[in-house]
Amino acid sequence: MEKFTTLQSTAVPLLIENVDTDQIIPARFLKATSREGFGENLFCDWRYDSNGQARPDFVLNNPLYSGKILIAGRNFGSGSSREHAAWAIYDYGFRVVVSSFFADIFKGNALNTGLLPIEISESFLQQLLSAVHANPKTLFRVDLENQELAVPDRGLSETFEIHPYKKMCLLNGYDDIDYLISLKDRILAFEEQKPA
Amino acid sequence: MGKTIFEKIWDAHVVATEKGGIEVLYIDRHFIHEVTSPQAFSELEKRGLPLFRPEQTVATADHNVPTWNQHLPIPDPLSRKQVNTLEENCRKFGVTHYGLGHPHQGIVHVIGPELGITQPGMTIVCGDSHTSTHGAFGTVAFGIGTSQVAMVMASQCLLLNRPKKMRITVNGQTGPGVFPKDVILYIISKLGTGGGTGHFVEYAGDVFRNMSMEGRMTVCNMSIEMGARGGLIAPDQTTFDYIKGRKFAPSGEAFDQAVAYWKTLPSDEDAVFDTEYHFDAADIEPMITYGTNPGMGIKITGRIPQLDEVSSKENFRKSLEYMGLQPGMSLLGKKIDHVFIGSCTNSRIEDLRLVARIVKGRRKAANVQAMIVPGSRQVADQAREEGIDQVLREAGFQMREAGCSACLGMNEDKIPPGEYCVSTSNRNFEGRQGPGARTFLVSPLLAAVIALEGRIVDARTYAELADVL
Ligand code: SF4
Repeated sequence: MEKFTTLQSTAVPLLIENVDTDQIIPARFLKATSREGFGENLFCDWRYDSNGQARPDFVLNNPLYSGKILIAGRNFGSGSSREHAAWAIYDYGFRVVVSSFFADIFKGNALNTGLLPIEISESFLQQLLSAVHANPKTLFRVDLENQELAVPDRGLSETFEIHPYKKMCLLNGYDDIDYLISLKDRILAFEEQKPA
Repeated sequence: MGKTIFEKIWDAHVVATEKGGIEVLYIDRHFIHEVTSPQAFSELEKRGLPLFRPEQTVATADHNVPTWNQHLPIPDPLSRKQVNTLEENCRKFGVTHYGLGHPHQGIVHVIGPELGITQPGMTIVCGDSHTSTHGAFGTVAFGIGTSQVAMVMASQCLLLNRPKKMRITVNGQTGPGVFPKDVILYIISKLGTGGGTGHFVEYAGDVFRNMSMEGRMTVCNMSIEMGARGGLIAPDQTTFDYIKGRKFAPSGEAFDQAVAYWKTLPSDEDAVFDTEYHFDAADIEPMITYGTNPGMGIKITGRIPQLDEVSSKENFRKSLEYMGLQPGMSLLGKKIDHVFIGSCTNSRIEDLRLVARIVKGRRKAANVQAMIVPGSRQVADQAREEGIDQVLREAGFQMREAGCSACLGMNEDKIPPGEYCVSTSNRNFEGRQGPGARTFLVSPLLAAVIALEGRIVDARTYAELADVL
């Protein structure tokens, strides 16, 4: 997993609530056996019409907006457990998703992918959205060590929660497998004493 | 203070507790399928790791398989590659694999219980959100992402934060025509799609006690649709009777010992939950969804809300536009194009029996294409033995072979853009059943009656159905 420490970037606003994983990456694109390439089909049915033409009204097709931060409406990532959703967002080039509420499995999958999910208050979310609408070039700053998301130009900032273990993993680029393997003796001992 | 069933099972599986309260949870059973496992196997290979406990792992092909001609090579090259990759990986890593053509093949959440692999008190995971289905047996079962699939493969453990505890109690007697699917659609319509987030749910009360195991699976299956990590129901005599004699269930003395343990699992009287909800069974009526998430459900006789009655107005508008519906309208009488009876929510033998009882000697409406996809080969075989498939075919239903099929539209079983499908599955998301497909979620009872009528109806108004209601 890639390390994540700080990030300064413009953002893409996705003004939709309850974005589910079937929207992020429709099932018909889950046939691959590797992790790469899902970004091409990120939000496919919103991004392209049935003839494969880009829909100009969808934000990813709007040249005004770009950046490594996706700002989305509440309850982002509900539905299926497909990690492909997090891979698609990451593969497209995002490194951070900001919302006022995330579905559990998506949040876990994002953290395991190296994509940072930042959960903020609904009111801060609205402030961020108005900032990016007023000026698509607005820079956002993410500081994982200090758990802070800020809009320096506007003097706005809010801290966010992240589990200390997951934070350590992201800061160092570690993943859980290394850690679990290091516990092998304890796992074996657990199996010994466990009733059938 | 007493413990909930969830705590009893979870605590019995904690290998270690780390700083910050994160826990190392031991996993008893790991189900895998072709879509979410290939990258996890690659991860093991990349690191030169073996699969730690192959004997606790079971694989099947379900999401991406055709439901016609399963004995022939899969026509779609990508699907074929994925299904073959699973087979190869299982051979390489020593995992039992119920692939296409195997008598145990089927939707992963259907085969685990029917083979007796799923047993009370276990921790069960699968790279699929509807793993919550297994909670019907009093297990801690939940869906995981592919990175976690790799973790379980490598260590039989996961690093997790303990979810909060929720209890949903439904007491009383449900009215005619109300099925387990209606109970769970009703609950989700009350709590919303995020209402269970961060929680593990226990379903308690008369309504669940009186349900068959199939019904309990339908309920637990949809726990994820309100955002919960999982849902479970305490095991009881119904559970034990279901498990007894199944292929991988303990037998003889071992079974009695197991039952003695399973009887210790139910939540203690004084156990405390973080969140509690109570509903009255008498308030529940047959349900149907109108929107693009499973929380957007109404009584079959109800009306779609008005714009000023909903909180997420933008979402509501977008949903109705996608569905081609208007605020305030009733769905009764709406013409539909497809009926899909299948998925890990409602494709078990009990569901097929119910549908067969209703359609026997009748014929589906001419404007409807009706498809039945059994949850597993075993369900299909049993349906054949009982003559159910014959009844359904005579009624004009297509009988397919086992798989996920139009539940997620990954194989060729897709609903065409703009067409309406009444479905017994669990998700009505935009494009879930194919790009542009419009889905109404209902119980198998309503699906069967609607297939006969070709439009949305209230099954309770048909006198001839009195004996099934
Ligand atoms: S039937 Fe549908 S919900 Fe169930 S496992 Fe298959 S795709 Fe998922």
